[in-house]
Amino acid sequence: MRPLTPRRIAAICALLTGVLFVVVVFSLQVGAYPISVSDVAVTLVRGALGHWNSIPSSDRLIVFGLRLPRIALGILVGAALSVSGASFQALLRNPLADPYVLGVSSGAALGAILSLLLLPQFPWAMQGLAFLGALATIAAVYFLGRRKGQLDSTTLLLAGIISASFLSAIIMFFMTTVSGRDFRGMAFWLMGDLGTAPAIGLGFLFVVLLIGIGAIYTTSSDLNLILTGEQEAHHLGVNVPRVKLVVYVSASLLTGLAVSVSGAIGYVGLLIPHVMRMLFGSDYRVLIPASAIGGAIAVALADTLARTVVAPTELPVGAVTAAIGAPVFIYLLRRRFP
Amino acid sequence: MSAQGMPAPNAGRDTAAGWMQNPVRLVVEQASYAYSTSDRDAPDFTLGPVTFSARQREVVGILGPNASGKSTLLRLVSGEFKPLSGRVELDGKPPGQLPLRERAQRIAMVHQESTLMFPLRVWEYVLQGRYPYGRRLRFENEGDCLMAENALAQVGAKQLLDRRMDQLSGGEGQRVILARALAQQPMLLLLDEPTQHLDIGGKVELMRRLRKLAEENRYTVVVVTHELNLAAEFFDSIVLVQRGKCLASGKPADVYRRELLEQAFETELDVEMNANGRPRVVLRGGEETEAAGGDAETPKESL
Repeated sequence: MRPLTPRRIAAICALLTGVLFVVVVFSLQVGAYPISVSDVAVTLVRGALGHWNSIPSSDRLIVFGLRLPRIALGILVGAALSVSGASFQALLRNPLADPYVLGVSSGAALGAILSLLLLPQFPWAMQGLAFLGALATIAAVYFLGRRKGQLDSTTLLLAGIISASFLSAIIMFFMTTVSGRDFRGMAFWLMGDLGTAPAIGLGFLFVVLLIGIGAIYTTSSDLNLILTGEQEAHHLGVNVPRVKLVVYVSASLLTGLAVSVSGAIGYVGLLIPHVMRMLFGSDYRVLIPASAIGGAIAVALADTLARTVVAPTELPVGAVTAAIGAPVFIYLLRRRFP
Repeated sequence: MSAQGMPAPNAGRDTAAGWMQNPVRLVVEQASYAYSTSDRDAPDFTLGPVTFSARQREVVGILGPNASGKSTLLRLVSGEFKPLSGRVELDGKPPGQLPLRERAQRIAMVHQESTLMFPLRVWEYVLQGRYPYGRRLRFENEGDCLMAENALAQVGAKQLLDRRMDQLSGGEGQRVILARALAQQPMLLLLDEPTQHLDIGGKVELMRRLRKLAEENRYTVVVVTHELNLAAEFFDSIVLVQRGKCLASGKPADVYRRELLEQAFETELDVEMNANGRPRVVLRGGEETEAAGGDAETPKESL
């Protein structure tokens, strides 16, 4: 018997953060203008100490102006998507649940596109409508996925897939109303794109995402019990409706924000929690933070690939995660979860 | 398999005098309940009124054909449902009005089986029973581990500690589910058809174990079951329900009357008396009387 301790969680997080740091350094290095590891290190240290003038201006622009903000955005988006995937898997008691598969990302994307068309003058409308779109979609999929009052895992997944394709059709309808140049930008964004700095600012995004992840983390003991069944959790003292409300709203917030700044990046929310489960066990008290950092690693790495494999042009990062994620999804599906 | 090291579940809650007198712990009086799909329509199913009571160390069986309202009655007792009329009280308090976590410290519900999405170790599963104690986001301490080990020892499953839940046999799984309920240190233990996936040996073993647990830990136990003869043999009192109505409640010898059982199960049955004063139910055949053995007492088989 080895019950989970805060110390073990801290050790796991430290390990993953170390991996994330290595990925960040690697990602800062590579690109159209390669920088050596030592130069990256020197630049980072000088930047951290505030010695801006001693950094060569080209390195300063590439590291701090271009690559680091993009990596930071990838980290935030990856953490948000991965944690919301882990949350949906617990609440829906379905190992294949994830914001992309369930259509939640599409709902958020529709919200974001509507805000661009209808309320372009309000910068926050995009995040707000993306959040509402995510929330409305998960509510719809939840009710469509029920059979005789019970959540049915096959019906649920089908409801999600059908919602996603329905929402994509509506998105396509709205996109045909925009001009050619905007259309290409939107299409690229829909596939998942980290190339545009968010209008709301990275710092703000970080704070809101941290609140969302924190809110989900406070329910992690409850989620462990909900995984064994809602009725059992109720009889063990879990306030199931309260937990569901907190987690649905928080996970929709995470998905909505992530989609509004990066488009629909698929499979991160599905795969990363599974990999973390295989490595560190399925206890949500460790799974939530591990998924957050794991998702950050995955998206940072995928985006590095996206901007280097076909250099000098770029792939949407969603194409990279889908190319890697889809086969792994099939593998998990074939493994037949009990 | 002793109760040592496992503090009495209700230590500190009872006064010495109260323990001596062994007052009634669970009271169900004229309790009724109704399910309805919408508020305007007539209810789809009604239960009650039901009346029975139980002291500590007593085992009560809820018997009846399928869809007779047995599980609804159990959920009424558990506080999950609040009675429409009448009252359900545990030590003078309606369980439905207790805060959820406080309720889980007093009442443990054992479900038929647990379907786990991701495989857990047995010890992880049993530790879940410690959730009602401490804060909502909590980490188990040594005391919790000790409690979980004792709970497993009490159901004779200590050797399963490090096994994975999905690799247990039906009987082993049932014991581990029971152990999680014991880890809650309840005073009222509720079981919903716990014998469903067990063979006859496992059924008898479980009944003996429930008896022993009630005795050693001073539990009050309420069991929903289809096992007419085992219930008569092992339980202190019986509540017989049919189509949402309580036909009878009381000692097995009083409830097991031919007319009542035949009405409840709509099957031709006979009741015989064992030497120990416990009744036994047998099938009444056309030409000859056959003893109802094994599974024959489940209504599905008898029909």
